[in-house]
Amino acid sequence: MTDVTITVNGREMKGSVEDRTLLVQFLRENLGLTGTHVGCDTSQCGACVVHVDGKAVKSCTMLAVQASGSSVTTIEGLANGQELHPVQAAFREHHGLQCGYCTPGMIMTAVDMIERHGSSLDEETVREELDGNICRCTGYHNIVKAILAAAGASQAPAMAAE
Amino acid sequence: MYETSYHRPSSLAEATQLAAEKGDEAKYLSGGMTLIPTMKQRLAAPEALIDLRHVGELKGISVNGRSIRIGGGTTHAEVATNEEIKSVCPGFAALAGLIGDPAVRHMGTVGGSVANFDPAADYPAALLALGGTIHTDKREIPADEFFQGLFETALDEGEIVTAVSFDAPDQCAYEKFRNPASRYAMCGVFVAKRADGVKVGVTGAGASGAFRWSDGEQALSGNFAPEAVDGLTVPEGDMVSDIHGSSAYRANLVKVVTKRAVKKAHSH
Ligand SMILES: Cc1cc2nc3c(=O)[nH]c(=O)nc-3n(C[C@H](O)[C@H](O)[C@H](O)COP(=O)(O)OP(=O)(O)OC[C@H]3O[C@@H](n4cnc5c(N)ncnc54)[C@H](O)[C@@H]3O)c2cc1C
Ligand code: FES
Ligand code: FES
Repeated sequence: MTDVTITVNGREMKGSVEDRTLLVQFLRENLGLTGTHVGCDTSQCGACVVHVDGKAVKSCTMLAVQASGSSVTTIEGLANGQELHPVQAAFREHHGLQCGYCTPGMIMTAVDMIERHGSSLDEETVREELDGNICRCTGYHNIVKAILAAAGASQAPAMAAE
Repeated sequence: MYETSYHRPSSLAEATQLAAEKGDEAKYLSGGMTLIPTMKQRLAAPEALIDLRHVGELKGISVNGRSIRIGGGTTHAEVATNEEIKSVCPGFAALAGLIGDPAVRHMGTVGGSVANFDPAADYPAALLALGGTIHTDKREIPADEFFQGLFETALDEGEIVTAVSFDAPDQCAYEKFRNPASRYAMCGVFVAKRADGVKVGVTGAGASGAFRWSDGEQALSGNFAPEAVDGLTVPEGDMVSDIHGSSAYRANLVKVVTKRAVKKAHSH
């Protein structure tokens, strides 16, 4: 067992974990932060995306011990009290989810994408950068629409389903 | 995942010493984007993991004129967005931006990718075509000698890839024909043109990993245009054959993707 200290959503959290514990297990099982999901065994679906030191990463493909000393933001850390984060609000507004399983990962990926590209984000880039996030419900159209809306992109996506 | 023990050295010396102590039960852990999925599937079960992400000597990109050196611990995202690499060797930066997805690019490293030498990894195609050099804690190895076969490199046990380096060519480009499900290359081709000729590195298609397509190189050195390879045939016997495509399909892809890469090199 190894002691880890990870700042999660702004609060310093300590725990003792087996070295093989994945970051996502630590978040869900030790801290009870079950907003971060696990959708695959192959690092491909993106349901588990969180931010580690400000960058989107797959928490199913990182050990908790690797994240010791880092700052982690999960989906639970985005809203400001009752007020949704703008990307969360845009997903609601544009119907960017159905069952919601992929949504935490989609939103964490979207926030990271918007931070890197800002309002220069265009539809092609959004679709390209959603490569590592799989949604089996929505067909992606409204997810793309929500992300572009949240980014304040000037061009509305031509292909989005109404 | 089987049990393991985690170690976090902060220097190259400390990392290699740990590796020497733990012997063949230890594995370096860099971005973990290959090793951790493999451990989760129980295809690898190292007793000790030596994390290289906190080793300062592996960090950093330096560009001097047209000479580029990229530390082994540099992430794909850092390569893809580096302004200096983008300006002197746009084909290489573009290749890094096509690896996996943004989350994979935030963690995965150049050193991990070349050390692992997956038969569909992207960097090896570029380093072969660029005549690159792989630097380790012990020596410098030309790419042509470093990449030896399926998941096989010239690395000795415990040897660390500290950097890769190359000179930017006059023109280059990478074209990747992706498997629609895994997004890895079914065939990826890097072409590099210099005054003394053209080199072509191919990944994803070859049965023993990335290789240089010498017939293509010869034809393109004479005429750096897509149609220069029209009359060539790629031997099927050297190609991968799997559920995603036969060896004949892949042999044809090598030609098609090379043509697209040449076209792209003219537009960079
Ligand atoms: C969903 C997904 C999609 C991907 N798509 C692509 C793709 O399209 N193209 C592509 O090329 N790759 C792809 N990858 C693989 C990715 O690029 C990995 O980052 C890379 O192959 C390994 O680098 P790493 O730093 O993650 O290494 P790790 O996984 O940490 O290590 C890999 C191996 O290399 C060894 N190692 C690591 N660093 C060093 C070093 N400096 N010196 C010596 N040995 C070392 C380790 O011991 C281990 O055996 C993908 C991965 C995932 C999860
Ligand atoms: S659970 Fe992490 S990528 Fe699928
Ligand atoms: S909303 Fe159901 S998987 Fe995306």
